[in-house]
Amino acid sequence: METPGGKTGELSAGKHGEATAGAAGGTDGVPVSLEVSGLAFAYPDGHQALFGVDFGIGRGERVALLGPNGAGKTTLVLHLNGILTGGAGTVTVAGLPVGKRHMAEIRRKVGIVFQDPDDQLFMPTVREDVAFGPAAAGMKGAELEERVHAALEQVGMAAFADRPPHHLSFGQRRRVAVATVLAMEPEILVLDEPSSNLDPASRRELADILRSLDVTVLMVTHDLPYALELCPRSLVLSDGVIVADGRTGDLLSDEELMRTHRLELPFGFDPRSVTMGA
Amino acid sequence: MGAGHAHRLYRHGHSPVHALPPHTKLAAAFAFVVVVVSTPREAMWAFALYAVLLAVVARQARVPAGVLLKRLLIEIPFVAFAVLMPFVAEGERVDVLGLSLSVNGLWGAWNVLAKGTLGVAASVLLASTTELRELLLGLQRLKLPPLLVQIASFMIRYGDVITDEMRRMRIARESRGFEASGVRHWGVLAKSAGALFIRSYERGERVHLAMVSRGYAGSMPVIDEVTASRAQWSYALALPFAALAVCLLGWTL
Repeated sequence: METPGGKTGELSAGKHGEATAGAAGGTDGVPVSLEVSGLAFAYPDGHQALFGVDFGIGRGERVALLGPNGAGKTTLVLHLNGILTGGAGTVTVAGLPVGKRHMAEIRRKVGIVFQDPDDQLFMPTVREDVAFGPAAAGMKGAELEERVHAALEQVGMAAFADRPPHHLSFGQRRRVAVATVLAMEPEILVLDEPSSNLDPASRRELADILRSLDVTVLMVTHDLPYALELCPRSLVLSDGVIVADGRTGDLLSDEELMRTHRLELPFGFDPRSVTMGA
Repeated sequence: MGAGHAHRLYRHGHSPVHALPPHTKLAAAFAFVVVVVSTPREAMWAFALYAVLLAVVARQARVPAGVLLKRLLIEIPFVAFAVLMPFVAEGERVDVLGLSLSVNGLWGAWNVLAKGTLGVAASVLLASTTELRELLLGLQRLKLPPLLVQIASFMIRYGDVITDEMRRMRIARESRGFEASGVRHWGVLAKSAGALFIRSYERGERVHLAMVSRGYAGSMPVIDEVTASRAQWSYALALPFAALAVCLLGWTL
């Protein structure tokens, strides 16, 4: 399994983390990538999933969105690029309100990587799949080719461009799924359970890739150690509201908070004993 | 699966036929079949000439005769129907080896058999020299309704995914001691099929969501454009034009 060579080396000096790690919830001075305010939503069957969600993410931040099953995480994600709309509140991406008027632009700016790469990769070959987004936006020819290559290069999958997605391993498919979104040069990358179903090596490779990207990341996950490893800041969503927003290490060490919201650390894992590389 | 992205019908090669753009081959195969079908069935020699033309193409494409003949076996269920015709058709009858056969039925059987075989042979040659992916691009280039091309392309992409899901469901059934062995078990199989349908349907919705998230607005963007030079077109169309000459002779002689 090939790692995205070289890139791992520069991680310790990464430009993410430090700039914003201390400013839990604060985005002062940094341009805002994503601003969610007062977001509430009920499904047509009456089930209310979100009850007024507020948070902001600054450019270049990597933030984890934690929460138990049924907390409304997926509903929230589907609001970020306007798949779901119609409730109360607003979502703003890089200053652009999510709504019918800017839908194409919003979908380009918000790159969602869905949980099952078989849903995300729907074209006959990896290359065409990565090209889909930019081509839908009107890009073609050499420029498109270059964009596709660059995106695949970022996830270490350039050698697999002409393979059909179903002939790749699960970890490789997940990485290609990330590339399909990177090719659109999004303002913010939204990952839904990025580490699910990955073996430890693929999990680490994906972490290396995510760290090497110079893009804002919102990572929806149950995998608390993964959140701690990758995201300096975390949000906890429970019963449709943000109940905590702060440094990932602090949140995970708050046993009371963890217990109240059904967030459990794996056996033997102590967030206080983890020293982050950077 | 496994072997790169070639479908098992495709034979990898570098012949001039392999190198032709897919839409020219599709057009040529289609035109050839139309010409063959419009040939009068009494002109038996014409069909022999068509077969020779296909043999020349197979030679150009370096598809061995054995492979071609073996793949022609797909035709057998249809041939069975043709064989019945001399026995059941009405009209004038002749005695062959003590059997009373209908003359019309014999001509009908010959008609189906000859035209069918030539059509299947042309398709086998097309499939052996053109990758599935290319065929889709060709169809797109030939302006087949985009919806049909998209359906075909999703079928190819998700065929294996769904087969795999089906296999996992079978393994799950068998792991719990279920072995389909008779009519009594059809109910269970039917329920599995229903579950598979619902799963696939839901997957369809998730795929659509992923497409919309990447800017899909009803039409697939053209990512690979296939083009053909005049020389490539004339090389590909040599087959249907030669066949057309034979066909016209068949009508006039």
